[in-house]
Amino acid sequence: MGQDTGNHNGANGASVAENSAQDGLARRLTEEEFDRYSRQMIVPGMGKQGQLRLINSRVLIIGAGGLGCPAAQYIAGAGVGTIGIVDGDVVEMSNLHRQVGHATSRIGMKKVDSLISHLRGLNPLPTYIAHPFHLTPQNAADIISQYDLVMDCTDNPATRYLISDVCVLLCRPLVSAASVQKSGQLIVLNCPPTPQGLVDGKYAPCYRCCFRKPPPPSSMVSCGEAGIMGPVVGMMGVAQAGEAIKILASALHIPSQNTENGPERNLQQPTLLIYTYDLDSAVGPYSFRALKMGGRKKNCFACGENSTLTLEGIKAGNPNYEQFCSIPTASCNLPPEERITAAAYHAAKEKGELPEHILLDTREKEHFSFGSIDGAVNLPFGKFLMKAAAVKRGGGSARDILPPEVVDTDAPIFVVCRRGLDSQETVAKLKELGLDKGGKRKIMDIAGGMKAWKEEVDPSFPFI
Amino acid sequence: MSDTIPITVDFAGGLEKLFGDQRRHSVSLPARDSNGRPANVAFLADYLCKNLMTDPRTDQLLEDKHIRPGILVLINDADWELEGEEAYEIQPNDNILFVTTLHGG
Repeated sequence: MGQDTGNHNGANGASVAENSAQDGLARRLTEEEFDRYSRQMIVPGMGKQGQLRLINSRVLIIGAGGLGCPAAQYIAGAGVGTIGIVDGDVVEMSNLHRQVGHATSRIGMKKVDSLISHLRGLNPLPTYIAHPFHLTPQNAADIISQYDLVMDCTDNPATRYLISDVCVLLCRPLVSAASVQKSGQLIVLNCPPTPQGLVDGKYAPCYRCCFRKPPPPSSMVSCGEAGIMGPVVGMMGVAQAGEAIKILASALHIPSQNTENGPERNLQQPTLLIYTYDLDSAVGPYSFRALKMGGRKKNCFACGENSTLTLEGIKAGNPNYEQFCSIPTASCNLPPEERITAAAYHAAKEKGELPEHILLDTREKEHFSFGSIDGAVNLPFGKFLMKAAAVKRGGGSARDILPPEVVDTDAPIFVVCRRGLDSQETVAKLKELGLDKGGKRKIMDIAGGMKAWKEEVDPSFPFI
Repeated sequence: MSDTIPITVDFAGGLEKLFGDQRRHSVSLPARDSNGRPANVAFLADYLCKNLMTDPRTDQLLEDKHIRPGILVLINDADWELEGEEAYEIQPNDNILFVTTLHGG
């Protein structure tokens, strides 16, 4: 863990915001602070007090990617005193369209170091702490305990459940966002934090209260697979920073001593903000929706009344987050005689050992447009499945949904997809449609898809 | 009483792909299920799978006849658990939103 001591007074590690009331909130601002933060301090509700609260706060940003970069910029710009960043990855070229805290010249550098160098250019005053590794059940509590507020900017469900569980046990508020392809979500959780097991009255929910079980792995897509529009994930990251700044500047995470006279600070029923972006229409009435979520659940696995979740347990591997998030699903597994490796297909074709055949590529047309194996015919998987189901339901024949050259010959069919799963299902569907002519015609899957093609045959293939 | 209920059904977070890439649908839902009970959310989900879904993968919405994990159901913009979940009886002009939870970032 690298530590860099910044120039803020009063943010010298003495932990949470309650304590800082005495030592930090009464001091004068330095001339630079006054100048640097003046435009936000004059906003009604912020003032010097709000600014000093930010300066005395410690924020942990987990993930230095599409959410973490924009979030960190505004957290640093606003003058949060101590900013920790967790990420084990290095900067890649394909990150840069959305991960705006990195730079072309820093490709290959640890993301945390790259982002911190960017933030330091923006504002040298905060103390930046690098955690250049992934968050794990073993290190999570040690890291999170050093901060007042956590921002979940990660990209996978196992880490999301881990972060929430540790935040519940350590009583830390959590600002959580997620984004993929053309959608984004944002929610503030566990704020104000309430000890585990307290369920009488209305308390704020944790991640598990709102999202009890992860979706099946088959339905989960990552930004690497499904794609992501930069402004969509950027918007969610910026909104996360906005929520975190609000919570810290107004001390919303500290339960009010005298709620009767205090301002309206009811966060027990949080709002889930969802953003839907459309590439082929203007911003519309349902681009943003604010959805009312429930409060803490009595039977919640993490924060509920009979919860057995502990920090020691988490460290020892209980619960098992990986297993929880990868419940095995039935997947199509073709027998070996219906599969051929990419290398074997290529070799046979080169040597002229393959008879005249048909090669179907089931990737989406966007993927197909970047390149394909010579002679491949594009048959996007989703649309094919739909049409095949329509034939099954309403009658009709394979001829209605496939090109005639595919249906009307006995030439063997090879099927390739992106990574080798859709193609297996396509082989099975084609047989169901009768294209194997009772076993006379060979239908084969190219194992591992275009990913394998790149690895085994053509390293220059533009695999996305 | 009328035999259908006019409602709007919205899909978000990628679920719209299962419904012809259309995010908003006007639906005339039968007011009662085959047993004569008032239409509730469970009946609506089944009805959508049979009548509105263009993708054959109904397991992307239902698992063992229940809404699958990872899908939030919002009734007039409130989490369905505030309204009684699957047992909530659909009212005229309700807006029901199905949205997947996202994990990317």
